[in-house]
Amino acid sequence: MRRVNRNERVRVGLTLNGRKLSAQAEPRTLLCDFLRQALGATGTHVGCEHGVCGACTVLIDGIATRSCLTLAVQAEGREVKTVESLAGADGTLNPLQQAFRDNHALQCGFCTPGILMSFTDYLARHPHPSESEIRDVLSGHLCRCTGYAGIVAAIKQAARGE
Amino acid sequence: MKPRPFDYIRPDTVEEAVTLLAEYGDDARILAGGQSLVPMLNLRLVEADALIDVSRVAALDIIREVDDKKLGETIEIGAAVTQNKLLAWPQLSEKLPLVAAALPHVGHFQTRNKGTVCGSIAHADPSSEIPLTLALVGGEVVLTSQGGTRVLAAKDFQKDMLTTARAADELVAAVRFPIVKGGGIERGVAFREVARRHGDFAIIAVAAMMENKSTVRLGVGGMVGRPMVRRMATDDAAHAIAAWADELEGYEDLHASAAMRRDLFCNLAPLAVKEAIRCAA
Repeated sequence: MRRVNRNERVRVGLTLNGRKLSAQAEPRTLLCDFLRQALGATGTHVGCEHGVCGACTVLIDGIATRSCLTLAVQAEGREVKTVESLAGADGTLNPLQQAFRDNHALQCGFCTPGILMSFTDYLARHPHPSESEIRDVLSGHLCRCTGYAGIVAAIKQAARGE
Repeated sequence: MKPRPFDYIRPDTVEEAVTLLAEYGDDARILAGGQSLVPMLNLRLVEADALIDVSRVAALDIIREVDDKKLGETIEIGAAVTQNKLLAWPQLSEKLPLVAAALPHVGHFQTRNKGTVCGSIAHADPSSEIPLTLALVGGEVVLTSQGGTRVLAAKDFQKDMLTTARAADELVAAVRFPIVKGGGIERGVAFREVARRHGDFAIIAVAAMMENKSTVRLGVGGMVGRPMVRRMATDDAAHAIAAWADELEGYEDLHASAAMRRDLFCNLAPLAVKEAIRCAA
């Protein structure tokens, strides 16, 4: 049993993008804030902080999860992947990211990290989605720039493996 | 937009979880998927002295067949089972066709990844899909405390808006849905809802299940504080629905007036009945 009292700060360890890291957190520290402020991984964006906008979506053990609705202590010992894990070490975009660039699927880019992580999980489980399935998953994200058409086109391209 | 401080406790077993509930009582909240609880904590609509995180209790992360005293063969879904885990369960549409129809309406892919079936039941939002489905099929809720386990019918569990019969020291350990067998008429099911956007809370949700060729069981969420269920003749469904809408009146909130709720119900429910009839044929 793991027990942390409210005013206690404890060391929370997890694997972030393949590296074992740890930092101090209170029980109430949200995973999104822990990633950004304690671990310095600022690729994950924080929008609404109540699970609606999807910008903070990360993978926990491969599953797309709202990091604003997850406590840092809940991710203890888990494998967390963020948008920083997608491109190669030399900055080469992965196929999904490249498809976003090719299809103008982003403008300001605030919502993009969350969408990329959602579809990293979804496409791994459903490699050949229909457009309506793509739109259904995309409904878990808010983008205020693009009107979504470019995003849908990008995901279709990535799913075709182009 | 950050929660107030609380103790965090992550038990490994059900015994530890109910011991903690006995210790903290009303001051504790059970955390499973956190898709309803954590937004409310972030917005400070809810305060808790302690969160008891049951998401890693292996004994609660189980979907299994259970022979129930009242219901016969059921599927029991433990408190740590996520909505997407149930949705991906290969036997879902064969054994629980209405659940298979309703689950895709619950939140989004991303929230179903964490949100639990039992969490929806325990939260008891009047318009949410899983409590409506459980009420319509006449399922049960399994409550565990240090004193033992009791099993309540769905209609006796959810009392009103966000209010249930759960005592402060009880854990919603599982829910049970009766299994639909063979190619029977009960395969005739439908689930429809109206929401501002896909994945939002429904303004009105309706579920229908055929009982026999001329009788349908209809359920509605979002009209009153809890899901309501009534059986009616299929050939007179539209009238029965209109009369029922007037009886229920409907509540008013930011999203819809009571009159709009009645109107949506009267338009949506006959479609669900037709779909259930078609589905059974």
